Amino acid sequence: MKLFARPDQLRAAGVLSLNRRNAECIMRLNSRKAYPLVDDKVLCKKTLEARNMPVPGLIGVVARSGDAGRFARKLVGRDQFVIKPANGSGGDGILVITGRRKDKYLATDGRLWDEDELAHHLTNVISGLYSLGGQPDKAMLEELVAFDPVFDLIAFQGVPDIRVIVYRGVPVMAMVRLPTRASHGKANLHQGAVGAGICISTGLTTSAVVGNHQVREHVDTAASVVDFAVPQWEKIVEMAANCHDAVGLGYLGVDIVLDKNRGPLILELNARPGLNIQIANGAGLRPRLALVDASGAPGLPAAERALWARQNITPENPALA
Amino acid sequence: MIMKRSTHGLTLALFLVLAGLAIFAWKVRAFGFPVFPDETSVVWTVQAQISVDPGPGAMKVAMQLPTRTPGYALSDEHFISRGFGTAVDDDRWQRELTWSVRRAAKEQTLYYRGVFFENDQDVELAPRPKFPKPPELDEPYQTALGEIVEEVRDESADVVSFAAQVLVKLNAPAPEDNMALFLQGPLGLDKAHIAQMIMSAARIPVVMLNGVRLVEQARAAPLETWIAVHNGTGWTVFDPNSGNQGLPSDFLLWWVGDAPMVEPTGARLDDLRISIRRQSVSALNLATERARQAGSGVDEFSLLALPLDLQSVYEVLLLVPLGAFIIAFLRNVIGLRSFGTFMPVLIALAFRETQLVAGLVLFTVIVSVGLLIRFYLEKLRLLLVPRLSAVLIIVVLLMAAVSVLSQRLGVDAGLSVALFPMVIIAMVIERMSIVWEEHGPGNAILDGIGSLAIAAFAYLVMGIDLFAWWALVFPELMLVLLGLTIALGRYTGYRVTELIRFRELAK
Repeated sequence: MKLFARPDQLRAAGVLSLNRRNAECIMRLNSRKAYPLVDDKVLCKKTLEARNMPVPGLIGVVARSGDAGRFARKLVGRDQFVIKPANGSGGDGILVITGRRKDKYLATDGRLWDEDELAHHLTNVISGLYSLGGQPDKAMLEELVAFDPVFDLIAFQGVPDIRVIVYRGVPVMAMVRLPTRASHGKANLHQGAVGAGICISTGLTTSAVVGNHQVREHVDTAASVVDFAVPQWEKIVEMAANCHDAVGLGYLGVDIVLDKNRGPLILELNARPGLNIQIANGAGLRPRLALVDASGAPGLPAAERALWARQNITPENPALA
Repeated sequence: MIMKRSTHGLTLALFLVLAGLAIFAWKVRAFGFPVFPDETSVVWTVQAQISVDPGPGAMKVAMQLPTRTPGYALSDEHFISRGFGTAVDDDRWQRELTWSVRRAAKEQTLYYRGVFFENDQDVELAPRPKFPKPPELDEPYQTALGEIVEEVRDESADVVSFAAQVLVKLNAPAPEDNMALFLQGPLGLDKAHIAQMIMSAARIPVVMLNGVRLVEQARAAPLETWIAVHNGTGWTVFDPNSGNQGLPSDFLLWWVGDAPMVEPTGARLDDLRISIRRQSVSALNLATERARQAGSGVDEFSLLALPLDLQSVYEVLLLVPLGAFIIAFLRNVIGLRSFGTFMPVLIALAFRETQLVAGLVLFTVIVSVGLLIRFYLEKLRLLLVPRLSAVLIIVVLLMAAVSVLSQRLGVDAGLSVALFPMVIIAMVIERMSIVWEEHGPGNAILDGIGSLAIAAFAYLVMGIDLFAWWALVFPELMLVLLGLTIALGRYTGYRVTELIRFRELAK
């Protein structure tokens, strides 16, 4: 394989470039005043809850450094929880605790944290170490999702999540991110997680990548990661379409996890979703965006938009071939 | 595809680029502002040395000054004399200098010195003249004159061709009898005055153009006289001794008319000597002088009008836009990553003092040691701002230590470390340690090398002397840079790194 693609080859494949995403999707469709709704995970969770959309439960918010030492009280009786910077980006600063060993907490990567260390992590979060502009932040304590064992064969620890790109309210591309040993159980592509593209119309995974390389099996479990049927797919597509109505962003990344008891939950929303999803799907975004622009779909109610997407965004559609 | 692309930004960018280039071109073409540093221009210093023998009483010496000088402009002039008062009669067409003194002993030497430079300007030579009276001469001159005029009139169509024909006859190898009468006769006129007389007989106004040739060097440059004839709308210049039309480009017109160049009253002119020397001067000074004379305001509203110490500040400051443009290009077109958006520009500015290799070494040393200490601080679990402050203090201490050490070792390069932007370095260390922990040492080191590579590239580009020169002399080129940056902001194509990143999608 060649080291470089020629620009005309990428254009032919309909690859959306970072510059074009910024100029023509984010700057044009995402109004700046809607950003706090998604950038602040606490606010986002409350906005979605207000519309009766399923989200992981909130344990509490630590907003002052002085409270960090007393956080344990909020965690009484819990040995599974997640600490997130409310304004974090790219998964930085997220700490997933899955169990307890005596008085220490066990993180997904196997490291044990004592209360002092957790408190220090919380003050780091609060002082803005992981926040978007180094602004002072809040630490959000969230219930750990009891994730659906359906992914057990193709995920190494951690919580796999499903990313759906919603363009003008229409779900246009999706992938599932599968944690690996290299990603320390985090579903983060640039930390080494597997990204598997999902067909919007069928909910079957089509292709997968690690980093920028295509794979067919999970790097740790060796199970096939293609042709895997994502459960409750119709509901997931509709939830993604609904999120657009909740926050009003025209170019939106919706992250969904599958809870074994509650079904699909909206983990977080992203106003600047990345472009690796194109590699995971082996397809460019531009033809799909053009298809949405040319249709009347953005004017429909959420459920009909989801239906339109499942009917039209398929490899059988000649416009996307 | 997605939207009808707005052309607003690109129009603005185009406007800025064109405006910047237009001002640039105007300054270069109209005033000769030098595009390259160390360019020189040529000026001529013309000196008239006048020796006079004073009489017993008060004396005055009047001298015609260069006033209307087609092809040249005066940049500076001096009148040098001992004990004389000077007054300049400033006429629109002809200036006249008068030296005067009540009593003078022995012989006196007066100097006029003027500095001239080439300057293409359209100058009216003299006021619109009146029709001259036909001369009244004794016979046989009057008859001869009449015959010449008749003859030339038959052979010419208008004023200019009349004058040309007179000069042809005047300069014929074997002049006709009538003409020979004037040329060899006892009237003692030179060709210029014979031509003037003939044309006066035809009622054509003629003036004398007196001047010198601006040669490389001359100790006693001869005065030459050219004639200009007026045809009712404009002047046409002829060489009376060859009939050639048009002033030669090296002719400095000194004065117009029949008056002598120097006219003493109460004294006797002993000697008049004109010397000429060609010199090279800074093209920039000359261009500034031209701009001043043209009243363009370019000289007044220029960075070069600032005090020198401020100029050297701006020489550096004006490189920042160039660095910012390079960053925008490397990030949005090439797709490189760096710690902090403009950190590489500030590092590059510091490199100007340390030089590149020493700068890279010093930067790496300070960041590496700072990083080690930062990892130790991590164990202390300090709050963010005190931790940043601690890193900043450590960076300053490290810089001081490097300076002192290099002084002891006699390594000059180490001293200039003091110019590194310490806050920026502290932030780099902090960001790098975060990336180190979150994304692994590989990513942190790669980003660090990326930042240094961008800084080194920016340093190399900003180090090109030509750009520093342009920034100072042609600050309007910043508009071009701004336009290009705005155009870059509208670039929605692939970054070079995306050609690698998405290569598996290539069809």
